[in-house]
Amino acid sequence: MKHSERRPFPWHILFFLLPGLAIYLVFSVYPLLDTLRMSFYGDAADGGHAFVGLRNFVTLLTDSTWSDAFWNALKNNFEFFFIHMLLQNPIGLLLAVLLSLPKLRLRNTYRTLIFMPTMLSVVIIGFIWQLILSPIWGIAENFMYGIGLGNHFDSWLGKEGTALITLGLISVWQFVGIPMMLIYASLLNIPDEIVDASVVDGANPLQTFFYVKLPLILPTIAMVSILTFVANFNAFELIYAVKGALAGPNFSTDIMGTLFYRTFFGFQLQQGSPTMGAAVATLMFLIILAGVMVFLLVVQRRINRFQL
Amino acid sequence: MKALFFDRSQPATGGWQRGAQTGKALAVHAVLLTYTVIALFPILLVLINSLKSRKAIFRDPLGLPSLDTLNLGGFEQVLLRSDFGLYACNSLVVTILAVGLVLLLGAMAAWALTEYRFRGNLLLAFLFAMGIMIPIRLGTVSILNLMVQLHLVNTLTALVLVYIAQGLPLAVYILSEFIRTIPKELKEAARCDGISEYKIFFAVILPLLRPAMATVAVFTMIPIWNDLWFPLILAPGEESRTITLGVQQFVGQYVTDWNAVLSSLTLAIVPVLVLYLIFSRQLIRGLTAGAVK
Repeated sequence: MKHSERRPFPWHILFFLLPGLAIYLVFSVYPLLDTLRMSFYGDAADGGHAFVGLRNFVTLLTDSTWSDAFWNALKNNFEFFFIHMLLQNPIGLLLAVLLSLPKLRLRNTYRTLIFMPTMLSVVIIGFIWQLILSPIWGIAENFMYGIGLGNHFDSWLGKEGTALITLGLISVWQFVGIPMMLIYASLLNIPDEIVDASVVDGANPLQTFFYVKLPLILPTIAMVSILTFVANFNAFELIYAVKGALAGPNFSTDIMGTLFYRTFFGFQLQQGSPTMGAAVATLMFLIILAGVMVFLLVVQRRINRFQL
Repeated sequence: MKALFFDRSQPATGGWQRGAQTGKALAVHAVLLTYTVIALFPILLVLINSLKSRKAIFRDPLGLPSLDTLNLGGFEQVLLRSDFGLYACNSLVVTILAVGLVLLLGAMAAWALTEYRFRGNLLLAFLFAMGIMIPIRLGTVSILNLMVQLHLVNTLTALVLVYIAQGLPLAVYILSEFIRTIPKELKEAARCDGISEYKIFFAVILPLLRPAMATVAVFTMIPIWNDLWFPLILAPGEESRTITLGVQQFVGQYVTDWNAVLSSLTLAIVPVLVLYLIFSRQLIRGLTAGAVK
């Protein structure tokens, strides 16, 4: 611009940017920063909050009345995440590969129908599976008898040893459509020439997949993994809908989201505490941030070498 | 048989090869069909049984409702004992307002950040990008404080404001990417004609953004409609309850009334499924954006 010194104040920029930015700052950025700040405060004698430094975190991580619950929730949350990584993403990959096969009939129908559960509320899905697995209704039980495994039926959602895995499987069942769609899209993006070249070079379909296609879709798989990580460490609804805020039996399904909710609002005899809740939220923030950083710094950089 | 599963356009090959091809096609379809059944069975089960009498639900859960077993009592109970219409209406108002404002404000912000160079431009773009990865839920403690101070607890306004803040980062990101692909000449031509920056955006750019906006709308809409967390914390009151929270509370209260539970789940599922089947093409196009060769 030649007249930069005399340029009038760019009101139009303000006009376009301000409304959205203001709402984002006030209702997302500020609350997050304020939550981080609050995690350094505790209840004061006068009913207000007083600065207590790292005391909340020390309590959460070392005082056994709190730390038992915290480490339990963290461990369960990692278990929940690993169930998704071991099942949801590989199944999603398999379905995506099948869907991307050339000249497949009914492709769109399969795609639409398999993605359907993803659209529904986690709460609804939780209730549906609760009904199906209920020994009262007996759907799952009869099915198990039908395939000759009747003696292995148990009220999986009600047992300490199996409740979390069962909830993990329900969640996998619901969200398998997301990795399927994203990986499917990136498989379609692979130029035909590259695949043709490998076929001309004598590679069989499996070799083509593992040596040509897989390296090319690794960035998408990495992105799916980090999305899974963030979603799992932010999960709450499924556990709350099926097992309530107490995440029973005996906290065996407690994850960070439910722990955060209980700490903040209290339950039964325990009083809710905004500052302790903020401390749990801060730890969740750090965990998610660490995951995102690992993704950005390590995985993404390595994978870039494979990109075209 | 083969023609049923794969297009016939492939050149004919030797007999054994064709056999192997058909076998492979069958295997592929067997896997996809199995998974489709797994995905649909639980949903269909609920839909079917919501129409049956209590006896039939337990005696023959897999059977379709017949004239003998047809029973709509569950729906009657749901509509009688809860304010389902109100909840659905609340969800509709919140979702439409939030999605509409995310689209408008998101497009405006994306335009400002990509079109104009100014101090702090990159910083703001980064700030918005952070919001894609960092869940807004982590700020809940302060959001509730804020809503209490603003006297917005138990209002739909509180939900709309939070959902706008939640939806903006992804909207700004997707729309910015799209705005970058709009040819420069278009804007330059408009500027040469002396058209104001406001008019360039609203009359020239905004209409061009429509396809990207459809994608953003779908991505923004689903989490809002299905959310339980914020309705539970910011607006649990009877008057401001959304449908997801309403169903959750209803099912919690009437666990033993199977007809009512199944009917309430059905009422929550059907509108979403109908919308999904109508818009699935757009949705899938959005999800696989850029994949169209």
